[in-house]
Amino acid sequence: MQHVSPVREPLVTGGKTYHDVTQDVCRQVEAAPNIRWMAALSVALLLLGVFFYSVYRTLWYGIGEWGLNKTIGWAWDITNFVWWVGIGHAGTLISAVLLLFRQKWRTSINRAAEAMTIFAVICAAMFPVLHMGRPWLAYWVFPLQNTFGSLWVNFNSPLLWDVFAISTYFTVSLVFWYTGLVPDFATIRDRAKGPIAKVAYSLLSMGWKGSAKHWSRYETVSLILAGVSTPLVLSVHTIVSMDFATSVVPGWHTTIFPPYFVAGAIFSGFAMVLTLMLITRVVFKLEDYITIEHIALMNKIMMVTGSIVGVAYITEFFIAWYSQVEYESYAFINRATGPYWWAYAAMMTCNVITPQLVWFRKVRYSIPLTFILSIIVNIGMWFERFVIIVTSLHRDYLPSSWAMFSPTIIDVGIYVGTIGLFFTLFLLFAKFFPVINMAEVKSVLKYTVDNGPTYTGRDPHHAPQPVTTHGVPASAPVNYDKHD
Amino acid sequence: MTKRFALGIFEDEDVLLHAVENVREAGVKIYEVFTPFPIHGIDDALGIERSRLPIAAFFFGLTGLSFALWMQIYMLGFDWPMIIGGKPHIALPAFIPVTFELTVLFCCHGMVITFYAISKLYPRWRTPVLDVRSTDDKFVMAIEVNENTDMNKLTQILRENGASEVNQKEMSKF
Repeated sequence: MQHVSPVREPLVTGGKTYHDVTQDVCRQVEAAPNIRWMAALSVALLLLGVFFYSVYRTLWYGIGEWGLNKTIGWAWDITNFVWWVGIGHAGTLISAVLLLFRQKWRTSINRAAEAMTIFAVICAAMFPVLHMGRPWLAYWVFPLQNTFGSLWVNFNSPLLWDVFAISTYFTVSLVFWYTGLVPDFATIRDRAKGPIAKVAYSLLSMGWKGSAKHWSRYETVSLILAGVSTPLVLSVHTIVSMDFATSVVPGWHTTIFPPYFVAGAIFSGFAMVLTLMLITRVVFKLEDYITIEHIALMNKIMMVTGSIVGVAYITEFFIAWYSQVEYESYAFINRATGPYWWAYAAMMTCNVITPQLVWFRKVRYSIPLTFILSIIVNIGMWFERFVIIVTSLHRDYLPSSWAMFSPTIIDVGIYVGTIGLFFTLFLLFAKFFPVINMAEVKSVLKYTVDNGPTYTGRDPHHAPQPVTTHGVPASAPVNYDKHD
Repeated sequence: MTKRFALGIFEDEDVLLHAVENVREAGVKIYEVFTPFPIHGIDDALGIERSRLPIAAFFFGLTGLSFALWMQIYMLGFDWPMIIGGKPHIALPAFIPVTFELTVLFCCHGMVITFYAISKLYPRWRTPVLDVRSTDDKFVMAIEVNENTDMNKLTQILRENGASEVNQKEMSKF
């Protein structure tokens, strides 16, 4: 008999049936673009124009267009690189780690979060490639023979590890995302009216028909990809942190960096997921799928990772004093009280204090407050990378070479431009691809419905009773009085 | 060659699950079941064997691991040895990150390519399906039929097991 579980909150609200899910998600793919989407795309394209102009200046005149000097050889470029890669990590965390932990609420948000990962990694990759100065020779980072102009690459270098880590991460995330999209493309294909849409989605869906055998293999593939992506995502930001940690610069040379960077990455990534989801759910009327419960849960993850980051900041300071290394102490005192104190103050306020507000239930369940919080965390995490990179470099070994960094308009242009690139890609994705994983949401629609003992194969006791299920909305609202 | 199918349309995955079991018990051979999302337990009910993709993934990963170690040791240890930072030519701890990444790279892509290949999934201009609702909200059980099949009996079996509709469809090239 079918009855409603007394302990489970529904994952999808509004009493949706399977067909409702298809309708709600396919609606914006099939409809003509609405005015708000066009307006948003125009702004994003404008910023993309800024990106192309700044890249043109960088390529034509060289990286002298940036504000770097001989003391500060890494500044906004690497700050932005780490910031974007970090943002990407939340997508993999949601799709892989939460899948392994059987967190079924992830089904409504994993598609968009994975898309965010891929677009964020594309934005991140722009910075090291442009910083090469001659990006047309970017293939020299791969192990090619020295007839191409160089010796073998140096496998001892963390920068080379980064090449392997980021390219593996990008391609694996891409196939993970695409394999998840295939069944949903098939749904759109089978509903498509126009000839162009029919052919386009037929090509994209790779001939998926949803046969039981394919689903069985699909689930195996998803599980293994999740299992392998979990250590992968941790390794990527670990290797990014080793770009700094394996150097001998005071303020960088710390063993705490890998876990600290990974926590920071997830922290900023969840902030970006929240920013995007709060907009997406309203623009595409998906409030029943991305519910207030989802927002509260993501807020909790943000609070936990934010607190880990806060502890890391304090630990760094403690060790700077406890180690009794005067250069290390100076690096940290200079960070907090030196010429870049304002960046440090911004980082501490945004990353340590604001996430603690999430302890209050009212904040966790408030959409406007969550939106503001997520923006503040994004800003704070940008400042964190800026503080780590620039304040450690600007006063290094010889006081005669101490310097200050100020960005040029081209630095700002490339950064703002990548935001344009990111939103252009995300808006195109949101219009033409299903933003919610329909197949997975359908499979959790009956999450609150308890069908009695688990199905165990050939058991004549469970005779089929079609009458009991006909017409019952699959995600029936929880009624606490009526369970047996 | 044209094939004819009887299609039992079901509204609910649990009804379908029991129907699969009972229809098979009645001696009817099920050609394929099409569903909008994965149903747990249907593999056992249909007698689908457990996928061997995990084994393939393991060996792809092993290939990546061996390739990465061979590449780094050959390039920096034998082909053009160089002293970098006073470290030995074959500095194994420093080779771990690239080895790990290539293991993951080979494992994932090898497995995914195998998945698409064995499932015969590739981009096509047109994709004929037996019932377009099977990717939306209906669960479709397809049974291959010919002139000798007793359609009335088959319809009755499907109806008794909760099918809301029983249709017939001919497909060339399926």
